[in-house]
Amino acid sequence: MVAAANAAAPDEVTRLELYRLMQACRVMEQRAYDLFMQNLVKGTSHLALGQEAIAAGFGAAMRHDDYTFCTYRGHNHTLVRGVSMTGILGELMGRECGLLSGKGGSMHLMDVEKGAMGSYAIIGSHMPIAAGAAWSAQYRGSGQVAVCFFGDGTTNIGAFHEAINFAAIWDLPVVFVCENNLYMEYTPISEVTAVDNPAADRASAYGLEPVVVDGNDADVMYAVAKAAIEKARSGGGPSLIEALTYRHGGHSRADPGKYRPDEEVAAWKERDPLKIYRARMLDDGIDETAIVAIEEEQAARVDKAEETARNSGPPPLEIAATDVWADGSSRWRN
Amino acid sequence: MAQLSYREAVSAGIAQEMRRDNSVVFIGEDIAAAGGVFKTTEGLLDEFGPLRVRDTPISEQAILGAVAGAAMTGLRPIAEIMFSDFFAVCWDIVVNQIAKTRFMSDGQCSFPLVIKSGNGGGARFGAQHSQSVENWAMAVPGLKVVAPSNAADLKGLLAASIRDPDPVLFFEQKSLYGTKCEVPEGEHVVPLGQAAVVREGTDVTIVALAAMVPRALKAAETLQSEHNISAEVVDVRCLVPLDTTTIFSSVSKTGRLVTVEENPRLCGWGAEVSSLVSEELFWDLDSPIVRVTTPHIPLPSADTLEDAVMPSSARIVENILKLAD
Repeated sequence: MVAAANAAAPDEVTRLELYRLMQACRVMEQRAYDLFMQNLVKGTSHLALGQEAIAAGFGAAMRHDDYTFCTYRGHNHTLVRGVSMTGILGELMGRECGLLSGKGGSMHLMDVEKGAMGSYAIIGSHMPIAAGAAWSAQYRGSGQVAVCFFGDGTTNIGAFHEAINFAAIWDLPVVFVCENNLYMEYTPISEVTAVDNPAADRASAYGLEPVVVDGNDADVMYAVAKAAIEKARSGGGPSLIEALTYRHGGHSRADPGKYRPDEEVAAWKERDPLKIYRARMLDDGIDETAIVAIEEEQAARVDKAEETARNSGPPPLEIAATDVWADGSSRWRN
Repeated sequence: MAQLSYREAVSAGIAQEMRRDNSVVFIGEDIAAAGGVFKTTEGLLDEFGPLRVRDTPISEQAILGAVAGAAMTGLRPIAEIMFSDFFAVCWDIVVNQIAKTRFMSDGQCSFPLVIKSGNGGGARFGAQHSQSVENWAMAVPGLKVVAPSNAADLKGLLAASIRDPDPVLFFEQKSLYGTKCEVPEGEHVVPLGQAAVVREGTDVTIVALAAMVPRALKAAETLQSEHNISAEVVDVRCLVPLDTTTIFSSVSKTGRLVTVEENPRLCGWGAEVSSLVSEELFWDLDSPIVRVTTPHIPLPSADTLEDAVMPSSARIVENILKLAD
């Protein structure tokens, strides 16, 4: 049942773009980790180190006006829409230059102008919202598609089932992407799910095709993303994609991930999406100088983003009472 | 002007807005082909067609998630939650997603949506189909809360709610569906955040909401005719935004406040009004504030039991007479 996303390998330009997106995600997430260790990022953060190929594959395949919805582990999904890395790091650090002026935080990154329609912290709740954005696009005839990212744990919550059934009956242009990293927070997903493939084995319940792919292969993710998005855009309705991947770190910063066997972690790190892709590009004759240029560019980018964020002060206190309502206020009385 | 029932005013208000604005769409369970389980939405499917008026599965989280996503992306959707007790099934979408996302996004998006729902008791449906839950919504920053007491206000407030750029929870009191009054036929909009003095008086202010308004008016008549007590009745109409100006103006005139709330006792909407008045109008009060509410119980199903526990005009009169002692 593993779909070999069979399409020709993307051209060099696309490959370099995929690598650029993954590299940007990797350096940003690593920097977020470092900043947390220096107590500059407060609260918590949920890093997606190791899962970059999924965000990158879709990021490269989407139209600029398509919609994305992601979870609290959504820094990468936000970045690949062309959102400012400074804004993201600034938001994690609670600074005035933050994407949300410090009001949302790590778990709620959003940039509507770029189609990044939010990161949501209640498991599964963004799935029907993504279906709603797709319904809106369908009603308006705009051709836009909504892509919704979530984890394996989400497949057992009610909103997952309601959203997919709803999208299926109305043929909504939404692509549901399950990033199965084998662990529902601290518990192996296999221990708490009645079927083997938490997303794909539920697809037929909603009249959808079961799709399981290698989430660490950027070429596969790009191909499967393009196919699902094109299907949705042309009126073919929703898709449910299960992409197998692995997070290098724990569920959140508070979690050292001790519940995972060392051999398992080591084996997946061998299949690091960036490592695989770099080797593949060199094998296929792409010039290493182009690859190194990307690595240096993103290294400089994250340094600049960190510096700008560090130099930004805290948000003005008055901002805490703004924008509850569309008129910019929080007034509930006269 | 025409005589319309409260239930007819629902489709009148929705139709008025759907005619003038193509971005208004309406979804819910049994609202289209069947015209609504309370027959509040008959005729809408015929007039506006199946792309704008759609029946959904029994999926409250999906229904509200869908209108949230649509509202963020250019539409002005209306959703129905059949019985307001069912808000508990999808409360996450209301309070964590719809109410909070504009704020968390620092104002990047807004949610111009209306969620309308059949609220309250009196129909002998039992505890899971009879609670008044507008107080749940009042407690959540980011939600506007509307509860009309008559057909004319319903049409006008529903129109205003649909035009409002923010999320509105619109509570239709089920026990009022059969009531009728004169309703303006042309474009009718009643702005949110305006309470109405529906009976003038001098001795006591009765602040009431929705189905409690007619009971307060009946109590006021009894108080006048049998006890020579002049009661002013204020119909709150909107809990959020709250018209404190009108309420305060009345209480500072009469010196006495009684609230009449269908909610169970604890944290009913009147608790907040009482708190505001006692804090800001303390020196204008001639007697303690009294709240007339349903006791803190789920609603019983038997007709005699339900009638006994919901605030009645007799109980309102009794409470005010105690104040007068």
